Amino acid sequence: MTTLPATIDETLTRLSASGYVADRPLATVLYLALRMGRPLFLEGEAGVGKTEIAKVLAAMLGRSLIRLQCYEGLDVAAAVYEWNYPAQMIEIRLAEAAGTIDRERLATDIFAERFLIRRPLLQALDGPLGAAPVLLIDELDRTDEAFEAYLLEILSDFQVTIPELGTIRANTPPIVIITSNRTREIHDALKRRCLYHWVDYPDAERERAIIAARAPQAAAVLADEVVAFVQALRREDLYKRPGIAETIDWVSALHALDRIALDPETINDTLGVLLKYQDDIARMEGPAAQRLLAEVQAELAARGRL
Amino acid sequence: MTGAEPVAATPEGGKLAENIMHFARILRGAGVPVGPGRVIAALEALHLNCMARREDLYWTLHALFVSRRDQHAIFDQAFEAFWRAPKMREQLLSLLLAEIARSGPQDEKRAAARRLAEAMFDADQHRPRLREDQPDIEVDAQFSASLDEVLRRKDFEQMSLEEQAQARAAIARLRVLRRKVPIRRFEAAHAGSKLDPRRTMRRSMRAGGELVDFAWRRRSERLPPLVVLCDISGSMSGYSRMFLHFLHALMTDRDRVHVFLFGTRLTNVTRELQRRDVDEALERVAGAVADWSGGTRIGAALHAFNFQWARRVLGQGATLILITDGLDREDASLVATEMARLRRSAKRLIWLNPLLRFEGFEARADGIRAMLPHVDEFRPAHSLASLEDLAEALFKPPSGAHDPRHWLSSAAA
Repeated sequence: MTTLPATIDETLTRLSASGYVADRPLATVLYLALRMGRPLFLEGEAGVGKTEIAKVLAAMLGRSLIRLQCYEGLDVAAAVYEWNYPAQMIEIRLAEAAGTIDRERLATDIFAERFLIRRPLLQALDGPLGAAPVLLIDELDRTDEAFEAYLLEILSDFQVTIPELGTIRANTPPIVIITSNRTREIHDALKRRCLYHWVDYPDAERERAIIAARAPQAAAVLADEVVAFVQALRREDLYKRPGIAETIDWVSALHALDRIALDPETINDTLGVLLKYQDDIARMEGPAAQRLLAEVQAELAARGRL
Repeated sequence: MTGAEPVAATPEGGKLAENIMHFARILRGAGVPVGPGRVIAALEALHLNCMARREDLYWTLHALFVSRRDQHAIFDQAFEAFWRAPKMREQLLSLLLAEIARSGPQDEKRAAARRLAEAMFDADQHRPRLREDQPDIEVDAQFSASLDEVLRRKDFEQMSLEEQAQARAAIARLRVLRRKVPIRRFEAAHAGSKLDPRRTMRRSMRAGGELVDFAWRRRSERLPPLVVLCDISGSMSGYSRMFLHFLHALMTDRDRVHVFLFGTRLTNVTRELQRRDVDEALERVAGAVADWSGGTRIGAALHAFNFQWARRVLGQGATLILITDGLDREDASLVATEMARLRRSAKRLIWLNPLLRFEGFEARADGIRAMLPHVDEFRPAHSLASLEDLAEALFKPPSGAHDPRHWLSSAAA
């Protein structure tokens, strides 16, 4: 385990050493979240690297990463704890077979810690002293309001109560990262407990740095063209704009196809890597992509990068 | 580690702390809910050496004071005005004076500027002076633009008590909209389909380990979301008031209702309509909407809805009700494209059209013909009585009479 960064600059350097190209605003909120011990609430479109932040943070600090993937209907049994019923049944049968049923003792035996199945939230609170894990609560907008309300208690006190066992409190509060794709609005009460940051698509310079870090095999000319093209594509009126993940996929795909520069035909053949809706693909196919590519190449040529 | 020490007594830190408090007050006045807890957190952050640079100060306060994306614009302007350019305040104030008689600005930027100006006017006396040697700042001239649209604020007449009662009764009969759907979560039940092991085990411990009494659970149910897109353009003005009352009644009657109004642009009035008092709610709606009785741009409004809201409000088997006469002078192909997408996003799409009341209505208008193939039901909606019909009919399986294709073929014949 390594220590927390002492300045924003250090956060920035350590993030990039861990392979995450962050901008200064993001480094600022990460630094604040770490130093103030507050959950960090990250919102943004899908594919801008929100989940990745938690992973990199865990690697950077040498902490374990505990991930709670949210879905509709997520409940306490799946998120916090559950009892191991089959094992409990066997325990009861064994006690019966031994012929010594002591009701009081059986109750304490049955609800002992060894029958407790720890789900992500409990694991995150129950870590070893001083080495709090990074807890990623991913896509919180997919759960319902009931679960959100339950989270409030955990996030403000870092404790859960299990009726049979009592209250379990975190020795050291975990570092909490919550992400949302904003498919619905999260309640203000939860946001109030967190630091908030909107993760945007990267600018061209940062996207090139990300490509260099994540897909270093790509030729520099190709990377320049790809980034410029994707940036231009994001300005189009699309239902789902391509994220960073799509850019990286595209570079890898083009590399696998042995392309060293973009041409209209290649773009048409690989558009599905970037765009995930048929309407968007139909819109950009053929002449539209060609026009965009021509613009991008003219711009790159003007800046002497082609 | 959490920086719990008391605030440093350095002169510089002291002044910064004071400015942060004033800044928070301005934001609060401008409608960004910055509570005292947030201010204390900001003072805590003073010790973390993260406000040395202007940019860092910006993002630190942003992380602490902003909690929704739409607050970003107002934060940005407030920060600009407070921490960088005190002169901008005067310009904002003069703008405010010029604009005071005008109706509600819709442009986000403009609304933000207005609220900000008001907030600064309030907080001005208490604020410590900042540096005076600031360059002149040009305030965005767009603040007073958008005159080409028919921006008219409209007053709602009061609905009689009897009318309100009728509306409620009509809503109560909208049974199909009250049909619950099972969700993934379970709830305890006397007789369910699944064993509830946790409760069974607890009960059995009461009986000394004997499994005498099984506990059951079943899937909980809830109402699927209901989304209403209501046309408030000029051709609909005779009906807008009634529909708004209807929608308000619907809103107070059940949860998960989202209401959007559109004319030349789309406005989400869900928050405004949530007020329990109908007059207050409608007054707020009138304040929020800038394009009463103007033109219609159905395609553009649907486009805006599809791109900004569909994924956020149409989940979990939502029913969508579209209230419009379908009279649109713009590109019918855009309307068709957007309608097709809308239908794919909603579980059921019902179109209520007041024009259908007229005998011999024929689907001749381009806009109507473009929309019809993409709806599940096409019904009249011109009175509370027709809404009641709707309720009754919807409770039964869809009948051929409201099949949209019927209108297309009859108009073609």
